[in-house]
Amino acid sequence: MKVITVIVNGATRQIPDSTSVAALVEEMALAGKRIALERNGEIVPRSRFAAQQLADGDKLEVVVAVGGG
Amino acid sequence: MNDNLIIAGKSYNSRLLVGTGKYKDFRETKAAVEASGAEIITIAIRRSNIGQNPNEPSLLEVLPPSKYTLLPNTAGCYSAEDAVRTLRLARELLDGHTLVKLEVLGDPQSLYPNVVETLAAAKTLVAEGFQVMVYTSDDPIVAKELEDIGCVAIMPLASLIGSGMGILNPWNLQLILERMQVPVIVDAGVGTASDAAIAMELGCDGVLMNTAIAGAQQPVLMASAMKQAVEAGRSAYLAGRMQKKFYSASPSSPTAGIIGSTRS
Repeated sequence: MKVITVIVNGATRQIPDSTSVAALVEEMALAGKRIALERNGEIVPRSRFAAQQLADGDKLEVVVAVGGG
Repeated sequence: MNDNLIIAGKSYNSRLLVGTGKYKDFRETKAAVEASGAEIITIAIRRSNIGQNPNEPSLLEVLPPSKYTLLPNTAGCYSAEDAVRTLRLARELLDGHTLVKLEVLGDPQSLYPNVVETLAAAKTLVAEGFQVMVYTSDDPIVAKELEDIGCVAIMPLASLIGSGMGILNPWNLQLILERMQVPVIVDAGVGTASDAAIAMELGCDGVLMNTAIAGAQQPVLMASAMKQAVEAGRSAYLAGRMQKKFYSASPSSPTAGIIGSTRS
């Protein structure tokens, strides 16, 4: 199985090639949670999580709402 | 009398806006927000699984968007680019919500706004359809520029974020108030109830605070104090204060009909 390297929230992660954004979100135990995701500086709408496949070197930011002023 | 705060065409009963940071837990956050009577509450956008317990409810379950107008902020951003990216994420997170609080900071020691980056970010965000409430310095010229760009509220600091130093330059706030058409909301620096009342007496349209409540010994009680202070200050502003008469006292009781003196 080919493995690719992506950076999620600043941490390097090895994942199988042709992993979808949806599968990664599931693996992070965030499926169904209110999150937003940016891939290489571009927003990936939740509706496109399943369709988008990750590529080697992708930089992802996965965010949630927290308390703040 | 209808005296609602109107921001970007939406009407709010409360002129107190509160943050949701620095509370000991969500229970206290919720109790303080409720005691404040605030309808607009700020939230931050942060990486998932950084200091969050996956089994805990999320902030948005405790303070649902159906009940409050959430105001995602860009706290911690030091460039226009990061601020814009953060708010694009916020818009996605909140299902297309466009009302946001823009703040681009200059350095981590003072948390003073970087107005050059703030102006650049405001231009981009307004062009992308965001309704931008903008944290800025108390510089009236910058405030006007931000209004001209299309920001829906100008939010000058009273003093440094989290300092509780109160309103250090009421004269600059006055200059801003005289020039702005959009609401002016004091953001940052309020320490106690009298500070909030003074901001409202000056004619500010609202006050936004976080640490003044969350950092009080009893946050829920302070939230209630702030609610009353903002209401009292607003009423005093509308009522129109008496003129100050320096070195010229004026008795409150009738000067006629005082009983006679027994001294000859």
